[in-house]
Amino acid sequence: MFDILFIGLSLSSILLLVALGLAVTYGAMGIINMAHGEMVMLGAYVAVLANIWLGANLLLAIPLAFVVTGALGYAMERMVVRRLYGRLLDTLLATWGIAILLQQAIRLEFGLVFFGLHVEGLGAGLQNVPVPGFLQATLTVFGQELNTYRLFIVAVTVVLTVLTWHVLYRTALGMKVRAIIRNPQMAAACGIDVRQTNSITFALGSGLAGVAGVLMAGFRSVSPDMGATMVVDGFMVVVTGGVGSLLGTVAAAGILGEINALTAITFNEITGRAAVLLVVILVILLKPAGLFSFKGR
Amino acid sequence: MMKRRNFLTTVAMAGGALAAPGYLRIARAAEPLRVGALYSQTGGLSVVEKMLSSAVQLAASEINAAGGVLGRQIEVIVEDGASDPKTFAEKAQKLVISDKVETVFGCHTSASRKAVLPIFERRNAMLFYQTHYEGFECSRNVVYLGAVPNHQLSNYIPWIIETLGKKKFFIVGSNYVYPREMAKVSKSLIEAGGAEWVADEYLELGHSEWAVMVNKIKDSGADVVLSNVVGDSIISFYREFKNQGLSQDQIPICATVTSEIEIAAMGAEYAAGSYTSFPYFMSIDRPENLSFIERYRAFVNDPKAITYHSLEAAYFQVFLWKQAIEKAGDITADAIREGVRGQTFDAPGGPVKVDEDNLHTWVTPNIGQWQADGQSKIVSAYPEPVKPLPYSGYGETAENLFCTASGLDTTKL
Repeated sequence: MFDILFIGLSLSSILLLVALGLAVTYGAMGIINMAHGEMVMLGAYVAVLANIWLGANLLLAIPLAFVVTGALGYAMERMVVRRLYGRLLDTLLATWGIAILLQQAIRLEFGLVFFGLHVEGLGAGLQNVPVPGFLQATLTVFGQELNTYRLFIVAVTVVLTVLTWHVLYRTALGMKVRAIIRNPQMAAACGIDVRQTNSITFALGSGLAGVAGVLMAGFRSVSPDMGATMVVDGFMVVVTGGVGSLLGTVAAAGILGEINALTAITFNEITGRAAVLLVVILVILLKPAGLFSFKGR
Repeated sequence: MMKRRNFLTTVAMAGGALAAPGYLRIARAAEPLRVGALYSQTGGLSVVEKMLSSAVQLAASEINAAGGVLGRQIEVIVEDGASDPKTFAEKAQKLVISDKVETVFGCHTSASRKAVLPIFERRNAMLFYQTHYEGFECSRNVVYLGAVPNHQLSNYIPWIIETLGKKKFFIVGSNYVYPREMAKVSKSLIEAGGAEWVADEYLELGHSEWAVMVNKIKDSGADVVLSNVVGDSIISFYREFKNQGLSQDQIPICATVTSEIEIAAMGAEYAAGSYTSFPYFMSIDRPENLSFIERYRAFVNDPKAITYHSLEAAYFQVFLWKQAIEKAGDITADAIREGVRGQTFDAPGGPVKVDEDNLHTWVTPNIGQWQADGQSKIVSAYPEPVKPLPYSGYGETAENLFCTASGLDTTKL
């Protein structure tokens, strides 16, 4: 039983990893960021390229990916998203366009293929990242053999969640962000630089997605279209948990992951997936605002 | 009224002028012989299908350099199926109806083949299909060059039971027709060999989360895994398998789809010690194969390019097609169908032969064990090519054929 719960925990942490960045951009800023999956994908490519060109292992790729995708998110907010606040459907369409651009940029190696150049690690094919030796194989805890890499993912997710919580609830930036979530106009009237804060928040969300990408690269193949399916799971978690609530996102990821593992082990994988979607539908029907939602005024 | 008559005459003349080159074309023998190559050049499947497309073009260029077919040069019209069965059907229609080609080399997934099949049957054109597939098809308009389940399994399962000494199979696959048909054939072979199967499980196509499944394998008491998993999922499967502490020495994964391509994409250390059953491996040590690899690498201008089983079949199918036309002396679909029966060719991996009855291909089953360098070591090679039996899962045997030259005998199903 303990090993099943651990697998559920590991599924949860992967869901949370992707959803954490979304909880910040979608939850806090109200932007349906369809390019979030592509930020995860770019994070994974940072790990691939860092390994090939710098000889850096997975651990070193984590801060690197955070910086790269964070900077990209910052640029994206400055150039596109900033002009679309309050236009929910337009942000959806615009960020989806950016998602396709990013996918093609990797596939066409930033256009270098047209000049007959090939950068190892880019292109339409599958890539892989070697996992450092000490993260392979298993670790025995309470007489149970646990997958070390999954333990590592759980640990990183916990650290990132605590950090995100700290930023949102214990720093001046976080206070501004929360003020903007509640009421952007009022926050601006109180002297908060809404534009600047939004740029930084978006960069933070994108950076978190980049880190998720590096960790994903360790146990699956890396390809330009890997992000598309993940963004769906991410939104599922954020919406179930309640938009704007970090606690809700954490709880939803935990519940959905465990339900997935328990149903999959009792029945099979296909039912496991179906059970998760069923729970999401029920939650949205019964509690449209999600499991944890703050009261608006 | 004069105007109207003028108009009609002009139209008639213009029509005649347009039609004329068409009639003239037949008279000119040196006119290139046009064939279609229908593979995904874009989309998720493009990585693999572009390789197949290159292999067809390599074969065509070699035939052209040696003088062509019946003195005519081959002109390959490449169309993009865009990884989408509907687009495959549209492009097949374009090739067969607008371009009027008699032969198309193409399709990779069963979904795309099923989508184009009605077009080839209605218009009576020939499709050359190189990928190994689940069988259960008997079209007079398709020549099947890949392995069918009896090639991949009827030698493999007894070998696993007897040579590896395994008794409890865990069957796992992606959730669609190929793995399910393969599982059906495997089960009867496992039971016939005196072993048992403890589970038959499926995962969504493209799924990459294997934690639960690998845990089930661990707890099932199985001593061997038979994998019919396809695509990206293969990579996360082998990685999870190793990361949960399972070893290929104790519970080997015996696969039917995992090829050189997936091994390279997952990192060779994860697959080292596991097995795959295929007619062709890149490591087959024949001068013909070494030369083929060299020519393919030069053709695609990549000194590290990988070859694998469907790629080899994509290449040799063009030669069988050429021989069929030369034997029949004509390029029509009917001539090719009759001409290709019984044609043999010394392919890079070994001799192959198109079956007289069912237009499938005789190939030699081989079992390879993956090594740390990403290549396979052939651990069991069948002495000769085996007759293809596309309905073996339904009781077809060499003495009792379901699919014959006259079509499928539906009473036997």
